[in-house]
Formats: sequence, C-alpha cells, structure tokens
Amino acid sequence: MTTVAVQPGTKPATMAQALGRAMRDAMAEDPTVHVMGEDVGTLGGVFRITDGLAKEFGEDRCTDTPLAEAGILGAAVGMAMYGLRPVVEMQFDAFAYPAFEQLISHVAKMRNRTRGAMPLPITIRVPYGGGIGGVEHHSDSSEAYYVATPGLTVVTPATVEDAYGLLRASIASDDPVVFLEPKRLYWSKAQWSPDAPAEVPGIGKALVRRSGTSATLITYGPSLPVCMEAAEAAREEGWDLEVVDLRSLVPFDEETVVASVRRTGRAVVVHEAGGFGGPGAEIAARIAERCFHHLEAPVLRVTGFDIPYPPPMLEKHHLPGVDRILDTVGRLQWEN
Amino acid sequence: MPASYEEVYAAMTVQELPGAGASHRSTPPPAWRPRTDAAALLPDPEPYRVLGTAAADKLDAELMRRYYAELVRGRRYNAQATALTRQGRLAVYPSTVGQEACEIAAALVLEDRDWLFPSYRDTLAAVARGLDPVQALTLLRGDWHTGYDPREHRIAPLSTPLATQLPHAVGLAHAARLRGDDVVALAMVGDGGTSEGDFHEALNFAAVWQAPVIFLVQNNGFAISVPLAKQTAAPTLAHKAVGYGMPGRLVDGNDIAAMHEVLTEAVERARAGGGPTLIEAVTYRIEAHTNADDATRYRTDSEVEAWKAHDPVELLERELTSRGLLDAEGIQVAKDAAETMAAALRDAMNAEPVLDPMDLFAHVYAEQTGRLREQAELLRAELEAENE
Ligand SMILES: Cc1ncc(C[n+]2csc(CCOP(=O)(O)OP(=O)(O)O)c2C)c(N)n1
Ligand SMILES: [Mg+2]
Repeated sequence: MTTVAVQPGTKPATMAQALGRAMRDAMAEDPTVHVMGEDVGTLGGVFRITDGLAKEFGEDRCTDTPLAEAGILGAAVGMAMYGLRPVVEMQFDAFAYPAFEQLISHVAKMRNRTRGAMPLPITIRVPYGGGIGGVEHHSDSSEAYYVATPGLTVVTPATVEDAYGLLRASIASDDPVVFLEPKRLYWSKAQWSPDAPAEVPGIGKALVRRSGTSATLITYGPSLPVCMEAAEAAREEGWDLEVVDLRSLVPFDEETVVASVRRTGRAVVVHEAGGFGGPGAEIAARIAERCFHHLEAPVLRVTGFDIPYPPPMLEKHHLPGVDRILDTVGRLQWEN
Repeated sequence: MPASYEEVYAAMTVQELPGAGASHRSTPPPAWRPRTDAAALLPDPEPYRVLGTAAADKLDAELMRRYYAELVRGRRYNAQATALTRQGRLAVYPSTVGQEACEIAAALVLEDRDWLFPSYRDTLAAVARGLDPVQALTLLRGDWHTGYDPREHRIAPLSTPLATQLPHAVGLAHAARLRGDDVVALAMVGDGGTSEGDFHEALNFAAVWQAPVIFLVQNNGFAISVPLAKQTAAPTLAHKAVGYGMPGRLVDGNDIAAMHEVLTEAVERARAGGGPTLIEAVTYRIEAHTNADDATRYRTDSEVEAWKAHDPVELLERELTSRGLLDAEGIQVAKDAAETMAAALRDAMNAEPVLDPMDLFAHVYAEQTGRLREQAELLRAELEAENE
C-alpha cells in the first residue's frame, strides 16, 4: 500500500503491533488509562492487540472482564465518571451490539446532558469490516450506526502510523471515541519506529494519500489499500486519481475533501459498509452542496451491497474491489 | 428487636384518617414472605453422577448402548470436522471433544416436536438430532449462514452472538403453550454466555411465564481464554436458577447417564406445565477454543490430562463392559458405524459447494427492493463480463 520512505531506526511493523504499542505507551504515561474487555488480559486479545499489557501493567490495568458487552461499556462509564480513562475492546464488530444501549443512551450523551460537566473519556476499540473469511457476525461494517449517533467521535486508521497516532489521540481525547480497526489490515506492514513513532495529524484531519488530477477517490480504513491499488491500475486507462483517506468519519474533514473535488471535478466514495444510509451518502451530499459548480459528473459511490454481510465463500462479490472502482470511475462522464 | 415482620409493621404503621373524627389504626400490610421455597430450588452440592455409582445398577442397557454408539460417532465427528479445517474445507471449527455427552443427551431427550436452540459450538447436538452433518456445518464451511430449514428440523439457527438465542427459546416455548401444544424448548449456552444480559432476561421471562424451556449450560471451564473464576462469583452456575425462581441442577456433564436422567426429568416437568429448569453440566473443552486458538497461552497440559482421564466415551464404555452390557464386538460395530459417517462427511465436504452469488440478494426481503434489484444486476453484469 502506501510507500513509506525508510527512516533510520525503522523496521517493518504491523498495524496490530502499532495499536498495541499505542495502548502500552498511553498506559505508561497516564496511570488512569485502563484496558478492559473479553480475553484482553492473559490471551492478549483474540487478535493479540493487547498482548503483553496485563503482564507489564497488571490485571487491574488490563482486565479480562466477564463476557458481557453492555456490562463492559456500562462499567467503563462509571470508571470514567470517577476519573479513569477506560479503553475497552469489543471482540468483533457484531459483538458490540449488546453495548448499544450504554453507547447511545449514556456514552454519547453524557457531556451534553450534564452541560459539559461530565465528559466521558472512553475509547471503544472495535475490529470491523470483512475480507478475513469470517463466518456470520464477524465482518460487519457497522460505522453507519456510530456516525449516526451525535456525541461520538468515530476514527478509523488505514496505515500503521495512523494506527498508533490516532489511537493515542483517541485515548487522550476527553470525548468518547469509537475507534474502528480495519481487521483485515491488522497484519499489514510498514516501516515504523516504535521508539520514535512518527507524528501524524490529529483526529478530524483527512489526508491526501495520492495526488492526482482526474478524479478523487474518497475512502477510509479497509478500503484505502484497495483505492491505492485502483489508482495505480487507473494509470493504464489514462486516469490520474487522487486518493483521500478520511481517517476520522466524525468529525468529517469537509475542507480537504471539498478542496480535492474542486480541483479534480469528479468524485467517487468507496467503503465496505452498505450504500444506503452509509457514510458515503453524507459525503456525496456535502460534495453536491459545496462543489456543484466544479463537478463534471455526479458523485458516485462504490460500497458494499445493501445486504447482510455474506458468508465467507461469497464475500469477494460484495467487497468493493479494484475492478468495481475502475468501472465506476469509467462512468464519470469522460466523453463530455 | 421485634421478633417478626408482623411486629415490625404493627410498630410502624399508624395513620390518622380524616373524617368520622376517630383516630384509626390501620391494618398492617401482610408480612413479607418468600414466594417460593428456596431450598427446593437449590442444586446438589456436588455434580450429580450415575456412572461408577450405585445408581448405575438401574441403567437401561438398550438406551445406554444407543448412547454409546452416539458417543463414539460424536467423537469421530469432532475429529473429522477438525481434520476438515486443516484441509481448508471448513473456515473454522469449535470442537466439542470432551463435551459429547452433553451434546448428545441434549439431542436425544427431546421428542420430534420439541425445539433445540444451539449455540455456535453445538453442531454435534444438531447432528445427533438427525441433521445432515453437511447442513450442520454449512455455517462453518462458509457457503451460507444457516444450512437447514429450522422449522423442518425444529433446530433454531446456530447462534454465534452468545446467549441471544435464549430469549428466543423462551418465546417459542411460551407460544407453544399459548397454542395448546405440549412442545418444550431446550436451549444451550456456554459458561461464558451466562454473563450476558440476555441470559438473565431469558431466565426471568421463563420463570415468570412458567415457560416449558430447559436451559443447558455447558460449563467447560473457559470462555475462550477466560476461566470461570473471572466469569462469576456464584457458588455454581446452577445456583443462578434460584434467583429467578426455577430449580437449578448441577450434573456431571461427562456422565451421559446422569445427563440423560437430569435432562429427562426437566423435560418432563416442563412438558407437564411445571416450568423451566436451569442445568449446569460440568465438563471440559479438551481442545482449543477453535482450530484458530492457542490454548497453551492460558491453561496447563496437566489440567487437560486430568480431564482426559474423565472422558465421557470411556466412562460409559467402562461401565457397560464391566457390567457385561457391551463387548468387543459391540465396540467394533460402533466404531465401524462412526467410520462410515466420517467417510461420508469427508466425501461430501470435499465436493465443491455449488454457489450462486445471486443468492446474496434473494432473501433479504420477502419482496426484493428496487435498489437490491439494481445491485443484483450490477453483480450479474460483472460476472458475465468475467466469463467472457
Ligand atoms: C455477544 C458475543 N460476544 C462475544 C463473542 C465472541 N466469542 C465467541 S465464543 C466466546 C466465548 C464463549 O464462551 P462460552 O460461553 O463459555 O462458550 P464455549 O466457547 O466455551 O462453548 C466469545 C467471547 C460472541 N460470539 N458473542
Ligand atoms: Mg465455555
């Protein structure tokens, strides 16, 4: 995916390692940071993201909880009320749903209902998305539920650097952050220095991952590498595509997106979540509102279909792939 | 100190009522009294056992030989399914090696008209009920989610979101009773699943409605890596029944004769209108959580070895052979039948499943939406272009 210049002191690191390191460093710096969830302690999590934390900081700082997501998040609310900074892990996207009552009625609303007196600095880590051959309930793209809930910050990294930088920023945030981890990128690698991690722009800032002039692909999380590949392949067709990585869905960095689309005049939004009511619907609407006179073609979307996530043997048909992206770029009214 | 609740109330309830001009001392409210006798609901202090005890003198030899054959077949099914993961024929398999007695007894105590509500681990229970193993394993092979018609088999879809199937079992059992049918529902859940809110809500509904439902908790020691001690501070999981007002039973989950007896009693009570039962079967997950798990990270080999010495297949085999109810030939017959099943399963799973990507759009709604028709057309066109 993104080519990272090799810096001295860097070596190949996975996104999983960078996420774990972010929690480790946050815990070392701030004794109020507590990690908790199902299997996060002894096992180090089913994806091994929290590996070593219980050993280094003890079970009170990295806790295997009873198996109950509503309890985990509800308890995190109470811990945050008393001044701790909980980082909770939901084991998979679809297993966060039992916690929705706590999330929507309390976590998202507490700052507002107390007139700012009681913000909740909770980070909710959710491995999300498909492409890993997971059976039912292990591959949901649940971001639309989160972005539809005012009060939640929704962040999703797509690179190793961002995994570290954005998770640190999320833990440091005084507001609740739903931190969506693209699980199929857990083992993606980049040159990265754990002892001097690169600074990255904060939450709410999108980044142009590839500059181009023909059209803008707007994407995030698991679809970034797919868009980068599509942009490479598009050169053969004579298209020079720009790729914008949103990095956070809420806040949505409208300025970066609008500036890019005004330059290129064409836009395609790409994500795995279903199109109807998905983040792309909002993004396309804002582009239409703010870039109307710059647009050469309607804003198009390449998304997962509006269906329950498919079984593993059929998921390749569902996920936005390079070909579907290129077909869609091809429909951006080039003949005019 | 007042000696009774009557005295407490008598001492504190004094009210002046307007009118009539007379001072009036109201009748005290009825004294608080437990609605149910807790002692009658409490589980035995030790898991109930039959095999190796005097209770085994009364074993039904015919039934036990049938159970033996099923246990041998179940063990072989587990081995075959795990082998299929290694060959890439199953995406994942959560094994029930060591838990076969629970899986099989749960299936065999039910009548045809009854319903089974399995968790994601319980494909063996579905197979023991007569479901084609290939259909039971569809979810784990990955060609579709539920590989069978739940109504045809009275087996609810395998439930991966833990404990969420338990309220369904209550609702179904309740509905059957409302409609005058003597149908019971048996719902299966793991020790970890008992921590979920849905577990508690299901038990409460079942007890309040006196629904004909049996909750079978397989306490296999772990929820992935998390041991029971981090899951609950209750004396036993069976004790949880008391808080809801239903009987709790604690039973040796590796003793199929005990499982049969305890489950049968609960099924009969439910069918007769006696309400729900919570059963904790104490067992052990001999293999890792799934083929993708590394159990050495959280438990010791010696613990596994200790449980292997209390193996459900061997327990019954020892009992039956020592009583002369099973001989070498009987054992061989059971093994041969298991091999036949395994070979058939292997062959069936080695055939490539026939997949139609258009199925993705076929069952989302009773009537396909315009949007889904459009998306289906897009995919159809892509597939046709690929095939050109
Ligand atoms: C609601 C929910 N949360 C988390 C998970 C992830 N998960 C799958 S199995 C499992 C452990 C289950 O333990 P237990 O209930 O004891 O059943 P066992 O695996 O031992 O059969 C977990 C946490 C899930 N499937 N559903
Ligand atoms: Mg368990």
